Amino acid sequence: MPGAFEGETVTRRRFMTGVAHSAGGIAAMAFTLPALGFALGPIFDREPFQWQIIGKPEDFTELDYVTKAITIVAGIGEAGESIAYVRRRDPEIDTEPLFKHDNYVLNNFVALSSRCMHLGCPVRYVEAAERFICPCHGGVYNFRGEVAGGPPVRPLDRFYTLEHDGYVYLGPRYSVNSELERFSPRDPGEPLDGIGQFLYPARFSTSVLPSTANLPAPPAVSGT
Amino acid sequence: MPLPKLLGRTNPAEPGHADEPKPAPIEAAAEAGITVVDWIDERTALSPGIRWLMFRKVPKGINWAYTLGSATLFAFLNQAVTGVFLAMYYRPDVSGGAYESIRNINDNVFLGQFVHGMHKWGASVMIILIFLHMGRVFFFGAYKYPRELTWIIGVVLLILTMAMGFTGYLLPFDQRSYWATIVGVNINNTGPFIGPYMGDFLRAGPEFGATTLSRFYAIHMLLIPGIMAALIGFHLYLVTKLGISAPPWVKAHEPEAVTEYVEV
Repeated sequence: MPGAFEGETVTRRRFMTGVAHSAGGIAAMAFTLPALGFALGPIFDREPFQWQIIGKPEDFTELDYVTKAITIVAGIGEAGESIAYVRRRDPEIDTEPLFKHDNYVLNNFVALSSRCMHLGCPVRYVEAAERFICPCHGGVYNFRGEVAGGPPVRPLDRFYTLEHDGYVYLGPRYSVNSELERFSPRDPGEPLDGIGQFLYPARFSTSVLPSTANLPAPPAVSGT
Repeated sequence: MPLPKLLGRTNPAEPGHADEPKPAPIEAAAEAGITVVDWIDERTALSPGIRWLMFRKVPKGINWAYTLGSATLFAFLNQAVTGVFLAMYYRPDVSGGAYESIRNINDNVFLGQFVHGMHKWGASVMIILIFLHMGRVFFFGAYKYPRELTWIIGVVLLILTMAMGFTGYLLPFDQRSYWATIVGVNINNTGPFIGPYMGDFLRAGPEFGATTLSRFYAIHMLLIPGIMAALIGFHLYLVTKLGISAPPWVKAHEPEAVTEYVEV
């Protein structure tokens, strides 16, 4: 090989070039990879979710929704708040099964998320029509939160609810398909029927159903 | 008292100028500008590059439509300068501080409403100019060989400008900003397979959270402008290197050899 000493398989110049480039590459990776991980970390980070008190059982009826301000993300004020529409479960129309979690029977209260399942605008409940209506692109949902018209791709998301110590607690959000079967929470615009549940997989970041071991205590003064 | 040696020192003559007489102080003062430019150019050799960039031949028949690229560049510079100064007063605080700081800029800061307006309306102007520039390049056929790469970089710049519009829209943090961002992120999420994870990346979590605003702010003022500045530099290098294409209605001058009449 020209430029190489007897028995060398790589010239010194070539070796030196390789070492310099490798050192530069390692140095660049040393700050690029941590920075990238830093930016991408939230995708893999599971957010904790705390059960919260939304009222007493007698606040809710089967016939009408009560609007409740709830906290989605704690500590950031209004930007972390949202609305849940809550009513008592009516066995006549709510055919989806109840289920047990840590000795509590869940979802005796139906709590619908106000996020439209088209693109996430806030829907409002119109009592006279018994419909949820979205102001952005005209999505309409019926009394059970199923799509009645417009662009939404699935029924309104729901929150887990349980009754404890005379209070109604609201848990994390979950998504439902058109049969009202439960799925881990998806974002709006992602259908869950048919192939949809595979096109839009569950995320690492969404909460699992949290333990009921540390439910927040009811307020000291009853009813506040 | 004699002067210190240092003050009385004379610099050695420049090579090749040893026998020239020194100019009188008044002449030296009159030519101070030339002297400074010469001093810099002797050390940097920038003037051929500047001549190459600024004084180049352009084809016959070019018109005002050819200034749309420069207009877009100046719209970008307007955004960069006003953005830097808006950052002096803006606070990306999700629990109310962001909105308050914008209100302060608009209501209290001297020229604040003007600079904010320049940035806000300048953003729309930039998008309009980009599309006019793009239309000129398309309808004049200026994207053809050998300028394909200039076109591709231009398209990337268009997409990055759109991303600037998307991330910048959240920053005033009023109701319109908030819900437009919710909708925009959810549109991202409808991409199959990776969409849901892109949403988590943009929001820094499963919901609009404590660091979503600062994340958008960092992308808006640091990440994308840096990439855009680099790509604009490369875009301009290609424009200069390849030259400007003639408008399609100007016929290319035919070579002499073809038009020459031959007696038979």
